[in-house]
Amino acid sequence: MTFWIAVGSLCAICGILALLLVIADGYLNNYGICKLTINKGSKEAEVEGGSTLLSSLNSAGLFIPSACGGQGSCGLCKVKVHAGAPPVLPTEEPHLSKEERESNVRLSCQLKVHNDMEIEVPEELFSIKEYKGTVESLTDLNHDIKLLRIALPEGEEIDFIPGQYIQIETPAYKKTPEPVYRAYSIASDPRDKTHLDFCIRLVPGGICTTYVFEHMEAGNPIRFNGPYGDFHLTDTDKDMIFIAGGSGMAPFLCMLAHIKNEGITRNVTYFFGARSRRDLICLDKMAAFEKALPNFKFVPCLSEALPEDNWEGETGLVTDVMSRHCPDLSNMEAYLCGSPGMIDASVAALTSKGMPIENIAYDKF
Amino acid sequence: MILAMTEPIAQSGPGFFTNLLIIFLAAAFTENILLTRFLGMCSFLAISRQMKTSVGLGFAVVFVTTFTAAINWLLHTYVMVPLGIQFLEYIVFIVVIAAFVQLVEMVIERYSPALYFSLGIFLPLITVNCAILGVSLFMLNKQNFGFWESLVFGFGSGIGWLLAIVLMAGIREQIKEDKIPPGLRGSGITLIVTGIIALAFVAFSGMIK
Repeated sequence: MTFWIAVGSLCAICGILALLLVIADGYLNNYGICKLTINKGSKEAEVEGGSTLLSSLNSAGLFIPSACGGQGSCGLCKVKVHAGAPPVLPTEEPHLSKEERESNVRLSCQLKVHNDMEIEVPEELFSIKEYKGTVESLTDLNHDIKLLRIALPEGEEIDFIPGQYIQIETPAYKKTPEPVYRAYSIASDPRDKTHLDFCIRLVPGGICTTYVFEHMEAGNPIRFNGPYGDFHLTDTDKDMIFIAGGSGMAPFLCMLAHIKNEGITRNVTYFFGARSRRDLICLDKMAAFEKALPNFKFVPCLSEALPEDNWEGETGLVTDVMSRHCPDLSNMEAYLCGSPGMIDASVAALTSKGMPIENIAYDKF
Repeated sequence: MILAMTEPIAQSGPGFFTNLLIIFLAAAFTENILLTRFLGMCSFLAISRQMKTSVGLGFAVVFVTTFTAAINWLLHTYVMVPLGIQFLEYIVFIVVIAAFVQLVEMVIERYSPALYFSLGIFLPLITVNCAILGVSLFMLNKQNFGFWESLVFGFGSGIGWLLAIVLMAGIREQIKEDKIPPGLRGSGITLIVTGIIALAFVAFSGMIK
C-alpha cells in the first residue's frame, strides 16, 4: 500500500512540476514575432523570436557562412548588428577584435533574437541560397580523391564566380548526431548552371569525407548552400601562376574552364605538387586544357617519385620547381589552394622571388 | 542555538517577527551554509573569480533556496507526513530543486543573456549544489519550524551563500595581481582564504543564543 502511495505521490509531484515548467517555458521563451531589418531595409524578415540570429536568418533565406555549424568556434558567421543586440557575450569575445566590437560586429550563431534587430551583411550574401540536389555520380580520381557530381533540382540554376565554394551538408549518421557543413570548392564549368562538381579527398576520420566515401551513392538527395568566398581571378593582364596539389585542383578546374569560355589569353602556369604518380589527378583534363589554351602550361611535379613511376617530368618540392621555372615574379599573380602549411610555404617562396604580397590570392582549407 | 530560540524558553518568548529575524541572522551568519558547513564548494570555487558572475549566481542560489525550502516544507508537512512517505524526502526534494533550477535558468536566459553565458554550466549545476539540498534537509531538523520560518531559513541560508561568494570574489579580484606561489594559484589560495573567512565567522557563533 505504502508503495503505491509513494509511487502515486511521486508521479503527481513530478507531473505538477513538469506542467509548471511547460507553462513557464511557453511564457518566458515567447518573444513573439521579431522584425529583422537587413542592410537598411533592402530586405526585411519577420521571424519567430528565441532562436539564434544565424538560424533565424537561415529560415528567412539568408545564408551566413559558418563552418562549425553554430558552435561559436569558427568565427565565420560575423554580421553587423546595429540595433537590438545585447552586450557582447563571453562566447563571442575571442573572435572579435577591438575594431570589430566598435563597428558592432557580432557572431550571429551566439546571438539570440529577442526583439527587433537592424543588421548589416555583405551584399553578396543575398545570392546565397540553399539547394536540395541529387548525387549524380561519384567517380574515383585516384586512390583517395573522388569527384562528386551534383545535379540541381529541375528548373533551378546556380550562379557563381570561379573559385567560390559551396557548403555541403552531411546528414546525421553514426559519426555525427546532427547535420554538419563542410566547404568544398566548385570544380565544374561555370557555364553549366545545373550541375556542380567537387573534388573530395578522404580525410581519415573526417565526418563529411567518410560519409561521402562510405555512405553516399548516386541518386541520394544532398543539401548544400552557397556560393561563398572571394577567391577569384582578377581582371588584370598579368601572367598567372596556379599552385595546388590533390583536391586543391578543384577551383582551378573551374577557373580554367572559365578562361576557356571567355577566351582569356593571359599566360597561366599551373604547378601541381604530388608525392608519386598515384597522387596525380585529372591528367586528361589538363592535357585537354593545354590543347585548347595555347597560353596554358600544366607542370606536375613529384617530390617522392617511385622507381616504378618511370617519371620523366619535374621532381622536387612544388615551390622549388616553381622557383626554377619563374625567376622573376615581380609582375605576376599567384593563386594558391591547399593546406595552411602548403600555402605558407608557397607565399614565402613567391615573395622571396619578388612577388608583391597583394598579388597573391589563396584559399586555405 | 536556533532550537533554543524557537522554543519558548521564557513565558514571554520573542515575538513572531523577532523570531524570524533571529532565524534569518542565524542562517546567514552563525550557521552560514558555506562557511560553517562547507557545502556548495564546487560552484563557489569556480565562479568566485569575478564579482559580477558571483553576484548573479548568488542571487540565483538565494532564489532557489528560498522557494525550494518553502515548497519542500509544504510538501513534507502536508503530503509526505500524512501519507507516511517521509523516506521519499531526498528524491522529492531533489526533483523540486531540479524543476526550480530549470525555471531560474529560463528567467536568467530571458532577462540577462550575458549572465546566462558567463555562468555557463554552473547554472544548471545549482541542481546538484549540495547547499540547496542541505538547506531543505537541515530545515527538517528544526522541529518547530512552520511555513514562514522555513521560508526565512531558506532565504537566510541563500543570503549566507551569496555573502560568502561575494566576499570571496572581492578578495580574489584584489589578489589577482599579487605574487602567489604557483602551486597555490587558483583553487589553492581560495580554499585557504575560505578557511580564514570561516574562522572569522566562528566569532558570530556566540552572538545568537
